[in-house]
Amino acid sequence: MKQPLRDIVGGFYSLLSGMRVTIAQFFKPSVTVHYPHESLQMPARFRGHIELVRDPATGKAVCFACKVCEKSCPSDCITVEGAKLEGAKRKSVTQFRLDFTKCSLCGSCVEACKSNAIRFSRQYNLASTNKDEFVMDLFKRLEAEGQ
Amino acid sequence: MAVAQGKAPNETFVLNLGPQHPATHGVLRVKLTMDGEYITRAEPVPGYIHRMQEKMGENRTWAQYLPNTSRIDYLSAMAYTHGYVGAVERAAGIQVPPRAEYVRVITSELNRISSHLVWFGAFLLDLGGFTPLLYAFDDREKILDLLEGITGSRLTYSYYRFGGLYNDVDEDFLGGTREFVAQMRPRLGMYRTLVTENIILRKRLEGIGVITPEQCRKYGATGPVIRGSGIAYDVRKVEPYSVYADFEFDIPVFPEGDSMARYLVRMEEMGQSLRIIEQALAKLPDGPVMAEKVPRVLKPPAGDYCYAVEAARGRFAVLVVSDNKEMAYRIKLRTPSFSNLSLFEEVSQGMMLPDALALMGSLDLVIPDIDR
Amino acid sequence: MSLPEPFRLLAYLLGIMAFVGLNAAYLVWVERKGAGRFQRRPGPTEVGYAGLLQPIADAVKLLTKQVIVPPGADATLFRLAPVVVLAPALMCLAIIPFGPHLVAREINVGLLLLFAFGSINVMAIMIGGWASRNKYAIISAARVVSQDVAYEIPMLLVVITMLMVTGTMDLNQIVRQQAGAFWNWNLFKLAANPLMPVTFVIFYICMLAETNRAPFDMAEAESELVAGAFTEYAGMGFGVFFMAEYANIVVGCAVATVLFLGGWQSPIGILPGAFWFLLKLYALVFSVVWVRWTFPRTQFYGLLNLSWKILIPIALFTLILSSVMLKLF
Repeated sequence: MKQPLRDIVGGFYSLLSGMRVTIAQFFKPSVTVHYPHESLQMPARFRGHIELVRDPATGKAVCFACKVCEKSCPSDCITVEGAKLEGAKRKSVTQFRLDFTKCSLCGSCVEACKSNAIRFSRQYNLASTNKDEFVMDLFKRLEAEGQ
Repeated sequence: MAVAQGKAPNETFVLNLGPQHPATHGVLRVKLTMDGEYITRAEPVPGYIHRMQEKMGENRTWAQYLPNTSRIDYLSAMAYTHGYVGAVERAAGIQVPPRAEYVRVITSELNRISSHLVWFGAFLLDLGGFTPLLYAFDDREKILDLLEGITGSRLTYSYYRFGGLYNDVDEDFLGGTREFVAQMRPRLGMYRTLVTENIILRKRLEGIGVITPEQCRKYGATGPVIRGSGIAYDVRKVEPYSVYADFEFDIPVFPEGDSMARYLVRMEEMGQSLRIIEQALAKLPDGPVMAEKVPRVLKPPAGDYCYAVEAARGRFAVLVVSDNKEMAYRIKLRTPSFSNLSLFEEVSQGMMLPDALALMGSLDLVIPDIDR
Repeated sequence: MSLPEPFRLLAYLLGIMAFVGLNAAYLVWVERKGAGRFQRRPGPTEVGYAGLLQPIADAVKLLTKQVIVPPGADATLFRLAPVVVLAPALMCLAIIPFGPHLVAREINVGLLLLFAFGSINVMAIMIGGWASRNKYAIISAARVVSQDVAYEIPMLLVVITMLMVTGTMDLNQIVRQQAGAFWNWNLFKLAANPLMPVTFVIFYICMLAETNRAPFDMAEAESELVAGAFTEYAGMGFGVFFMAEYANIVVGCAVATVLFLGGWQSPIGILPGAFWFLLKLYALVFSVVWVRWTFPRTQFYGLLNLSWKILIPIALFTLILSSVMLKLF
């Protein structure tokens, strides 16, 4: 007779102490970020989709279309085309196509690039109703940004 | 409890649990033959998100396969990458600098805590308690922020490289981790009051879904499942890899074998992981985080190499077969969730539906880990 | 109140329907906000100030949706269930005294009527689950029936105890007996029965179980049975079940207030009775929300064990105790 009664009282007490925990949380401030109104700062090493780096000296892309990134990509989502401009010592990039629908943001391309010509962007609001928007030409983007 | 064995088919009915069902945490389908609320047969039907992870290893270079490893079990990506990287390092004979090994241990253990926190929340959700999930995610968020700061990603880290790490940890991470360890201990106490000692939870888990040690051995169950059945099997202790031999920690073992035992194992493990992290932070040596002379194009000598790690769900082993080429000849992944799911059919027989779902929750299944 | 009788009744009828509608809508808001606070998040914020228009937006959304009757379902019963689930709650509110004179119909067997109507709710969920022609719904319906039958017994035992203590079935009379400071409430009438607080706890637990609230939400059990008996309901069919849940909570809390917490009696003698009644009512409703967002769901047989092995013996014990006390003193 004693043991079941103790179980009942003990069980009831455990319920009350659980409720004490939640009511304590009730009066604490909320911990969430109210996304559309406020958003977080992405950390410095954030791995977004890649973008081409501009050479501060020339204002052109650093990339010279060596295609190492193309080879290193596990998902074949990078296509690089380059051409030798007249008077230039080496090739420069003319097309840098990133098929973001296949990209898994692994960062192999950035690691493979020896001349630091690509980097991660901080963009994370990547949503669209049109699939074609995710096949992006990073070279054109760079050019457009320059203007 | 009467178990309807061998009843005529018109006295039982088939309940199709999944592939879209709140309790299966993903796209696992379980075909249940029910007699009222009692399960006479539960047949798991995996394969809905089979992605040919093993086959992919055969047509990618060694380095290109690396990001895949964090997508097998997305909740403990660090440990999985560790397994693959370890196997390839063993194959190519690469020595990893000590600082890298220590950081690997710290990040793996942080990842284990975050994985257990997800399990904790999701398990309570299976049992109908919603609030602990959000408390657990609050804590997990801190871990994810820390790991995002150093790896750049919140879930699929691919932080380890053959011979070391992607990049070194910074002071922010080390300080943040110390702070997190200090914060986490009282939180574990709070979970004990709110959840572990709760009479409703104890009534639901104690003595329910008992897995015997024999069944564990029969199906190759590992991780918290086998430790909840009284067998002290933990890869970190029985075949220490990385620098785990340097740390003092206990392997929580509960002999009861019921859902409560598995629950307690994981809750204890979080505390033990905090202990390991504390020690690793104190002992963290200086030095490089990348081995010298790692060839750009890896061609490990021909042979079979195996490397096992203790992931959050149990023993994860990678067997790589190299034929001295740029790509692996074969990659075999031994994933814990698959073995742990295998015993579900036998153990769930004669159980009631909610109990069986609690059992499934206590196995901590990650469906991509089963299907690979 | 000097309105002629039919108009007075009509006014009360409209008032009660508005009360139930508003309560259902705004208790959803309270629940979501409360859940948010318990879980350290803000809850709905976008529609209106602090999300206050959210229930209206939800209602509009539910109303615009098609009411789907699944093929093979018993269409008549399927449509009938939401009606049957809401009507008893409305009936019960007609006899609850919100204030000394604020009651639609004073009936001298009010308590009896309350529990007679209160148990119809079970049948509605059973009909809904049965007519849906869905395995999850049928499992849930079977559970609900055995659960509610099991909890009807301790609840009625408690009510009989109260009946012996108060000696009347007239709700207003019961409230009048509890006049004065709070120690005159039935909850603290330890002279009549030293186990009165225990009786209240039993009543509270039974009320949670009767209204299918967490931790006894076997009817819904969303992680096991998808949405239980309501799985196949879409649009306003589901909406009415949802409303009925909150209406039943309000009824349950109102009865608890009347029986144990002194109804509209003010403990300090200021402010009108209706204010105190609503204050006590919503304090209880808040505690229901609080319980829901704290505990996991009970196992089905655990729930029956709780009823048959713990609540019924204790309720019987308190019943005998209070009859002994009544005889002795």
